[in-house]
Amino acid sequence: MNFDELFGNFPTLTITGLEQGAIYALVALGYTLVYGVLRLINFAHSEVFMVGTFTALWTWEALGYNQNSSAPAFGPLIVAVLAGLAVAMVASASTAVVVELVAYRPLRRRNAPPLAFLITAIGASFVLSESFGIGTERAPFGMPDLIPQKPVFTLFGAEVTNLQLLILGVTLIMMIGLDQFVNRSRLGRGIRAVAQDPDTAALMGVNKNRVILLVFVLGGLMAGVAALLWDVRFGFTKFNVGFLIGLKAFAAAVLGGIGNLRGALLGGLLLGVVENYASGLFGGDWKDFTGFVLLIVLLMFRPTGLLGESLGRARA
Amino acid sequence: MTATSEKTGRMAAFRTRWDAMPKQVRWVGLAALVVFLYILPNRWFYEYLGFPIGSDYFAFYTTRSDFATVLFDTAVFVLLAVGLNVVVGFAGLLDLGYFGFYAVGAYTVALLTSPESRFGTNWPWLAAVPVAIAVAMISGVILGGPTLRLRGDYLAIVTLGFAEMIRLYAARNEGIAQGQRGIPQIPHPPGTGADGKALFGVESSKPYYWLILTVIIVIIFAMRNLVNSRVGRAWVAIREDEDAAEIMGVPTFKYKLWAFAIGAAVGGLTGAIFAGKQTFINSDSFLLENSILVLAAVILGGAGNIKGAIVGGAITWYLPEWLRGVGDLIGVEFDAAEYRILVFGLVVIVMMIFRPQGLVPNRRRAAEFADRRKEAVPQEAVPSE
Repeated sequence: MNFDELFGNFPTLTITGLEQGAIYALVALGYTLVYGVLRLINFAHSEVFMVGTFTALWTWEALGYNQNSSAPAFGPLIVAVLAGLAVAMVASASTAVVVELVAYRPLRRRNAPPLAFLITAIGASFVLSESFGIGTERAPFGMPDLIPQKPVFTLFGAEVTNLQLLILGVTLIMMIGLDQFVNRSRLGRGIRAVAQDPDTAALMGVNKNRVILLVFVLGGLMAGVAALLWDVRFGFTKFNVGFLIGLKAFAAAVLGGIGNLRGALLGGLLLGVVENYASGLFGGDWKDFTGFVLLIVLLMFRPTGLLGESLGRARA
Repeated sequence: MTATSEKTGRMAAFRTRWDAMPKQVRWVGLAALVVFLYILPNRWFYEYLGFPIGSDYFAFYTTRSDFATVLFDTAVFVLLAVGLNVVVGFAGLLDLGYFGFYAVGAYTVALLTSPESRFGTNWPWLAAVPVAIAVAMISGVILGGPTLRLRGDYLAIVTLGFAEMIRLYAARNEGIAQGQRGIPQIPHPPGTGADGKALFGVESSKPYYWLILTVIIVIIFAMRNLVNSRVGRAWVAIREDEDAAEIMGVPTFKYKLWAFAIGAAVGGLTGAIFAGKQTFINSDSFLLENSILVLAAVILGGAGNIKGAIVGGAITWYLPEWLRGVGDLIGVEFDAAEYRILVFGLVVIVMMIFRPQGLVPNRRRAAEFADRRKEAVPQEAVPSE
């Protein structure tokens, strides 16, 4: 145990942890939304994220950027990032919708047992990642260095970079937007109603299938944002990039209380930070185990998560 | 759809006829099948399995790779499917990290027996096998303990994480699992043949195939008794309605944990046999995709039915290997194994929608699916758009 490493770099570990945690949180939103409404772990969500990372890369390649091109000027940079973002969000959301329509909806129509949904979910996940794996020959792909990292200011001895500010800022904006949408808008009320009681909601005139589709779209959009941030920050993608992120994001969602939007944000940030402390304490090799161990311990002692489970607020 | 139902009709008819036959006839039939399976890896026998077309020969055995080795690998897969069937099919729990237990079994044997291991115990292979089974079982209880009390779907993601964590640990840990270098020099199973040479050598896969075939037969008999016992009835009750089972006095947590532990033990045993044949293991032997393949095997064959698990396991492993040889015959160069995960992932999705009970269904489980389908809310049956 390396306490010097942990306490010596405490501020740096915290800020980089928050940065990673923000990406987990955005992916965790997808798990939480779907779980809140359908009570289903959408295993294919990690692949929804993966599709986003690839489509953003392809957009940039189409715009003429590659791994060796130098960082663009401000104007073209904004265009490139926004184009990548738009494409990634649309691609991720469409992937999520396709999975819902092709795999889950037929099962709901047949009143299949929960086990069938889970099996289909994992099947869909592997179909997506394998088709990308075969299509890309399982190679990792580097990203154009659109926004070079540079420190902006120093906080408690930790350098805060422009990327960290961007990632945290975007995550907070998306989070607040989604939270307001679900809690204030008419469609959001539908989501909460179906989450509380699907049958009663249907009797009250809520179109259940449309709400479920909307939930997949929202989760996909958030995963698309997460994919773009991942591309900009970590600079590579691979057909199986979604697996670990998905596992951690799910752990984050359970940590905050699955079905709870604010819980997903809290859980994501917390997991990112704890993960970094653990890697400081035990060495980088152990970083990826943290989320998993945390998940098991949490399920033992507080399975409802930190903030409790509630997409529809009051629920038995 | 008509084609499938016609086929199922024929299959069901065969089954009814088979069940109606006198017990002696059925025993003879089964004995013939077992004998066939035992002599299958011999070249003088399997060479005749096929028929000539023109100057070519259409073979039912694999022409690209050594048939006995393929048979061994298939048998490994069948044993895994039979083990996972207990968890998924009988108890209705989803275990997505079944290969994790296989890895635990293989690594336990490797660490206890190999002279290269850190532990330096140098046990013989046979002594390490029970320990491997026990360790796999204990890891199953550790995983299942906290998760089985909760909703079943948490078990799925925890087991998925477990399998990947085992692999990551094996790949990164230099001290015990020795990372990518792996653990070499794992001893073979004991025994000397009539000619004084070791029974289990490196030249031929045949003895290993016979070994695992024997293990499969023993396990199947044990499973059949288990399913028809109090434990098996408890599993069915849990699968059909957990709350009702609990109210009727079935200790559901206990029996779920049993199913999970028994599944894990079979996985550990398979890993131990694999390590004994391979003599070298590293983290690459335990890719996560294989967990999904085993699951696909169980689903494809028909969860809840031992015969189904066997058929499913044989198809998922044997078919891609065999197709490589068929590709040669028609002059197409393609590696079916490359597309294995993709294809069986699709198969799983399609099966869940159109034939959730599998190719060789368990009657009771098929009836459960049909019942639920009838209960489907009418508003769901007719899309409201």
